[in-house]
Amino acid sequence: MKLSVTTALAGTLALVLGLAAPALADIRIGATISETGPASFLGDPEAKTLKMLVEEINAAGGVNGEKIELIVYDDGGDPNRARPSAPRLIEDDEVVAVIGGTTTGTSMAIIPVFEDAEVPFISLAGAIEIIDPVRPYTFKTPHTDRMACAKIFEDMKKAGIGKIGMISGSDGFGASMRKQCLEIIGEYGIEVLADETYGPTDADMTPQLTNIKGKDGIQAVLNPGFGQGPAIVTRNYAQLAVGLPLYQSHGVASDGFIELAGAQAAEGVRLPGTALLVAGLLPESDPQRAVVVAYKEAYEKATGKPVSTFGGYAHDALRILVDAIQRAGNAEPSAIRDAIEATKGFVGTTGTVTMTAEDHLGLDLSAFRMLQIENGGWKIIE
Amino acid sequence: MPELLQFLLSGITVGAVYALVALGFTIIYNASDVVNFAQGEFVMLGGMITVFAHAAGMPLPLAALIAVIATAGVGVALNKLAIEPARGAPVVSLIIITIGASIFIRGAAQLVFDKQIHRFPAFSGDQPIAIGGATILPQSLWVIAGALAVFFCLWLFFTRTLTGRAVLATANNRVAAQLVGINTNYVMTLSFSMSAAIGALAGVLVTPITLTSYDVGLALALKGFAAAMLGGMGNPKGALAGGLLLGILEAMTAGYISSQYKDAAAFIVILAVLFAMPQGLFGRKSTDRV
Repeated sequence: MKLSVTTALAGTLALVLGLAAPALADIRIGATISETGPASFLGDPEAKTLKMLVEEINAAGGVNGEKIELIVYDDGGDPNRARPSAPRLIEDDEVVAVIGGTTTGTSMAIIPVFEDAEVPFISLAGAIEIIDPVRPYTFKTPHTDRMACAKIFEDMKKAGIGKIGMISGSDGFGASMRKQCLEIIGEYGIEVLADETYGPTDADMTPQLTNIKGKDGIQAVLNPGFGQGPAIVTRNYAQLAVGLPLYQSHGVASDGFIELAGAQAAEGVRLPGTALLVAGLLPESDPQRAVVVAYKEAYEKATGKPVSTFGGYAHDALRILVDAIQRAGNAEPSAIRDAIEATKGFVGTTGTVTMTAEDHLGLDLSAFRMLQIENGGWKIIE
Repeated sequence: MPELLQFLLSGITVGAVYALVALGFTIIYNASDVVNFAQGEFVMLGGMITVFAHAAGMPLPLAALIAVIATAGVGVALNKLAIEPARGAPVVSLIIITIGASIFIRGAAQLVFDKQIHRFPAFSGDQPIAIGGATILPQSLWVIAGALAVFFCLWLFFTRTLTGRAVLATANNRVAAQLVGINTNYVMTLSFSMSAAIGALAGVLVTPITLTSYDVGLALALKGFAAAMLGGMGNPKGALAGGLLLGILEAMTAGYISSQYKDAAAFIVILAVLFAMPQGLFGRKSTDRV
């Protein structure tokens, strides 16, 4: 018995060592993703996308004739678990670049490690703090909340709306977006007459909406929020028959939102979404059409689940990285870094990316499409 | 004036949700002095099982019935597998066991169901009913009616039936209850299944309003617990009054003061009440014989 346990242990050890020993011909890419835990609805499609794309690229012959090896660690959405993965990826797995940090918290926790080790890191999290100020080795693919605010305010201005009411979720997403929106709202000459909040698990927002409805002069209502809150706000909004344009955020840009809010209540709601959400509606001439349709079809075939914006972030990160390795001609971390920074006109699911030394995100407002819900579906308006 | 009425209707809607959850705490507490922190998970199971049974093509009433029965089964399993083996442990240990059970049920639900938010159609449509310039959704009336019905049944159960009195006797003194011929194991199993069923019924009724996902239980249980403490733990009248009071307090604060301080204001009032009346508004006086 004792012998067999020892043999088994030795066998396992040999197996682990065998797997961990770097295969020289491969390009090793690391990832730390929140596959489980509270951010798993973000991390789950991200991890699936990365695995699917790496298989696809390897089947097509790899990059510069070399296969990609993907090493994914699950951080459970916890910065304390993400932190130890970072040195492990660099020292044990000897990766040339890392994708990940599903959440802002996990990303910020591991950025210093990659900056010190001079390994390129592409984050999949929303906050602007990740790339502002610019750090040499840190990049990100998702657009920022501030860009969503700007897109919404542009649309309001076009519609001649100058006075709005806001009702924001008090969770991390809602609070952050509310702050970002209030910071730039002055540039658009729009005034906030009512500024209400609600808790992320609240069941009824009619008191807040009654107050907004009762304020004179409000021309539209903006609801920065995430999860079930915006769906309940939309239902209550219809219940009270507020009758003003309602703007939701990119946080709820998904088909699930229409289903939760009910097609009737959601009729006419506007929000900034990505091309991926309306892949089928894009005109043939749209530069993003080919990319988003291909990704959507491949993902839905591979997983049997509807594609999500979050998986799209991972798609863009890996494609940008592979593109950079191809252009660099070798897989040296510093060469990859320089090539990522020189990314120009890269068409991804989130938008068209052109990075510079000052801009490690590289997206402009055209990354967002202004969408309106009509008859239980989406319509692109611009 | 229509504002006040709208705030009141909102408060009653939310309050009825809290009251339904609070009522679920009552039976287990009365049988064992244990505050069952897995109560919110029963509510979640009621909603989630209905969602998935309904999505599988079952009519809503049948899906709801299955959800209530299945959740009652989970309640029995919780008692048999976790609470009964720890018999004789202090109440605090049992409460900690229920916290563990809630984490386990939440994790299992995440795997068995999914991580998305769900909803099923309201029972009587979504057309708001106008009352004096304010509006209320028909589903809110269902929740209010459900809370009243559960309250009435519990009140009958504890005051008019022998089994109900046996439950109270078991909590009061388990040994004495056994001596007069009460099967205390049966009473415990019964109370867990009834609490779970009430929780599931609450889940079925509130899901069209609150929406549901695998992790809604914790927030609901906390509010329901606060409502039960405010009204007086173990008293169905207290659960009903505490829930409605908490809901109306929140709505009035959000409406007249600031939505930012909604939760804080409600909890300050609860603290003030408990400071003056430690047993809650309708709680029984504890008399210790020395």
